[in-house]
Amino acid sequence: MTHIAKPKFRHPDLPVNRLGLTRRDYEGVVSTLCAGCGHDSISAAIIQACFELEIAAHRIAKVSGIGCSSKTTNYFANTAHGFNSVHGRMPSVATGANLANPDLIYLGVSGDGDTASIGLGQFCHAIRRRLNMVYIVENNGTYGLTKGQFSATNDKRSKNRRGVENLFEGIDLCALAIEMGAGFVARSFSGDKHQLVPLIKAAITYHGFALIDVISPCVTFNNHPTSTKSYDYVRDHNFMVDRIDFVPKRSEIKTQYEPGTSVELTLHDGSALKLYKLADDYDPADRGQSLASLDRYDRDGAVSTGLLYFDENQTDLHDLLATTDQPLNAAPQADLCPGADQLEAINAQYR
Amino acid sequence: MSIRMEPTDITDPDYFHKVVDCQWACPAHTPVPEYIRLIAKKRYADAFMVNWESNVFPAILGRTCDRPCEPACRRTRIEEKPVAICRLKRVAADNCGDISDRLPQVPSQKNGKRIALVGAGPASLAVARDLLPLGYECTLFEKNRAAGGLMRTNIPAFRLPVAVLDEEVDRVLHMGVEARFGTEISSLKSLLGEGFDAVFIGSGAPRGRDLNLPGRASASANIHIGTDFLASVAFGHTEKIGRRVVVIGGGNTAMDCCRTALRLGGENVYITVRSPRADMKASAWEIEDAVREGIPVLDNHAPTEFLVENGRLRAVKFQPMAARYDAAGRRTLYATDDEPVIIECDDVLMAIGQDVAYDWIERDIGLDFDAGGGPVVDALTHQSTLPGVFFGGDAAWGPENIITAVAHGHKAAISIDLFCNGQPLSDRPNPLTNLVSQKMGIHEWSYDNDISAAGRVPVPLADLEVALTRLDVEVELGFDETEALKEAMRCLNCDIQTVFSDNLCIECDACLDICPVDCINFTDNDEETRLREGLRVPAVNLEQGLYVSGPLVTGRVMIKDEDVCLHCGLCAERCPTGAWDMQKFSLVEAVANTNPEPAQEPVHAV
Repeated sequence: MTHIAKPKFRHPDLPVNRLGLTRRDYEGVVSTLCAGCGHDSISAAIIQACFELEIAAHRIAKVSGIGCSSKTTNYFANTAHGFNSVHGRMPSVATGANLANPDLIYLGVSGDGDTASIGLGQFCHAIRRRLNMVYIVENNGTYGLTKGQFSATNDKRSKNRRGVENLFEGIDLCALAIEMGAGFVARSFSGDKHQLVPLIKAAITYHGFALIDVISPCVTFNNHPTSTKSYDYVRDHNFMVDRIDFVPKRSEIKTQYEPGTSVELTLHDGSALKLYKLADDYDPADRGQSLASLDRYDRDGAVSTGLLYFDENQTDLHDLLATTDQPLNAAPQADLCPGADQLEAINAQYR
Repeated sequence: MSIRMEPTDITDPDYFHKVVDCQWACPAHTPVPEYIRLIAKKRYADAFMVNWESNVFPAILGRTCDRPCEPACRRTRIEEKPVAICRLKRVAADNCGDISDRLPQVPSQKNGKRIALVGAGPASLAVARDLLPLGYECTLFEKNRAAGGLMRTNIPAFRLPVAVLDEEVDRVLHMGVEARFGTEISSLKSLLGEGFDAVFIGSGAPRGRDLNLPGRASASANIHIGTDFLASVAFGHTEKIGRRVVVIGGGNTAMDCCRTALRLGGENVYITVRSPRADMKASAWEIEDAVREGIPVLDNHAPTEFLVENGRLRAVKFQPMAARYDAAGRRTLYATDDEPVIIECDDVLMAIGQDVAYDWIERDIGLDFDAGGGPVVDALTHQSTLPGVFFGGDAAWGPENIITAVAHGHKAAISIDLFCNGQPLSDRPNPLTNLVSQKMGIHEWSYDNDISAAGRVPVPLADLEVALTRLDVEVELGFDETEALKEAMRCLNCDIQTVFSDNLCIECDACLDICPVDCINFTDNDEETRLREGLRVPAVNLEQGLYVSGPLVTGRVMIKDEDVCLHCGLCAERCPTGAWDMQKFSLVEAVANTNPEPAQEPVHAV
């Protein structure tokens, strides 16, 4: 890792947001990952998105599991809340925290091992429950911390550095999430911040479960010519189905494109997404069709990226359970612990 | 069709030299970051020698330099104040110990060429320093009884102790200069008749300007030309001045005059300037020094008359002025309707500029003068229209400063050497440049990239009450070792260059993400103006270059705005393929030597 702390000096003309903060105020400590790791670019994209959304960092709860990816919550939003949980168990921690306090922004960062192997069940159930969170998978198709074994998202027939072929089907986390009922599903590439930053902004603003599967090359173990998750392979095979612009609630929507080429999607807080379709036959609002199209692109060898599925009207876990709007940490003691008489009254109902 | 930017040619020495703002701004191109790193390692003698080779007078310049390097310092663009480069130079000189064994050997066998040097100021001494090791015989003619020129006559001892001056001047003289002090040249023609192979004229700009206002003649006993006054003080001829003193002028000489007056018995000393204070010619720090000693600066005061009573100066009358600026920023001074101001005084010191004086050069010997009365001198070679006669320092194009005079001396010495060897003066040696990787390990560099974020360390000063009582109490005490090391760590090491190899880059964005100051961009190529506007932080400082790579795999290019780069090396530390490397750029100015040994690495590499 780098031996020196990143100097505090910043560019004197660096933009300042309405909170009086620069992008650099959303940074964390210097990364200890390998130089050139795609995960660091994703951290940088999260930093940029939080800066542009003008989020006060203490309104964010960063949750993660185990792995290279899960370390990265330390590399952004230093003043946010954070919980680095057990391997694959980040969704449980996020669920508990979210139930206790629905007001925070839950930003989960996980990897392909943490999500698609040990945490696959937790991942599916968090989606089923419509947990209002952003779930970012830093997907490099390899177990970097244990020196480069195939992970569950590694594509069948791709080869490792020694030329050994992967015999098993890779799990498509986006297709799985659409099936499980996620309302916001996107795939992106760590090497394309123009695409990634608006997606993260939209996902943070989205009300419901938002997955972003980010292909993030492992420079050490999975960036060789026969890899399907290398910088070169993803650049060569990247098939963008659409591109989005995030339009914050307060700004005026300026139409820059020919009518008909873009559709406008509304988010819960009144912000909007302008979505420009790049693939004629793709409709991110149609669950069945998008699944079928993704499967076809996949069989053609394309890495489909963009906003793959979007449900404008998703309700979240709190809506479904009709919980109180008040975070538990703000509830008066009398409400949290109403006393023996109340308990007696409740018990009496069931006698 | 827009014209895209060509990839930057980093083999052109000027490209990386410009990135080292301090060195580029220095007339002698002293390798500043190099000697600051040596100071940080307490290698004071090495730091001194880097300076001595480049600027000849480290101890003098460490106290008195005009410091063009400091306003240029990159630190002013990312923080507030520049590195105290000048004061660090003094640290090297204060702590270098005996360096006599490192001085160049002067051959006992001479080359048979004799050079005359007119005036013993910094320019002539620099010529002698450069030519003596090559076997030239140098004869120095100086009208005063000691060498140093303006450094001795115009810079007061409280800024430059005589012992410091003597040591540095003697270091050159002891290399074997034949010095003829107290010898004023009254005819160039007869000097030329003495059979010298070349003549260098470094006689300065000795004639202080006068103001011929009403009352000037009747009050002349108490009106003094500033430079003459300072010289007279320096040689001990003047030891007192009146109680109330008006100094006219706003340059550095005026500052020296008023502070000297304060130490010779002046109690009410005023600086008066025609222009607004912001337009004063004096260096900001010299004005500060005068103000700290309690001297008021009366700006917008144009003198109109010397008032005389009973045949003696009584006061100076001033017209209040104001400044007006047109759209192009050109200034016009005009008289306001305010009442004239009368300042009573016993003495007036006039410090409104100096001119060259060439009544001793005959006009029929083939040496041409321009309309302004100065000699016609070639800017590159320093040769006049009379072959074999060279000019440098203030004598060439009017008043500049010590470091410029030294730079002139080096260039003139090269020309003299070429001239004496019958080679064309345009056939000049190139500076010695080098670019070497500083990588020592995956995250280790041979320089300390963990720079200090602290503000500039103030220089300790002598107690004002003591300082004002004597001429020879040095006001600035200089940094002690702790302060020096702290200040040295503020240097950004701008000579350690970020060198980019486009063929190695995999466009992973690691450098762009880690860069603390958002210098690095990956973008489509375009023409320069649009590129500058479109960078992550627009590159508005047009004096700073854009480093443009060749096309990358995606067809984009890497663009680095050099403006506020910290040279921290994090781009190179986070680069997985070594596409970025930190490489030290060194540039050592050419010195006179028509028959050089095979080129060598710079001796003081850190």
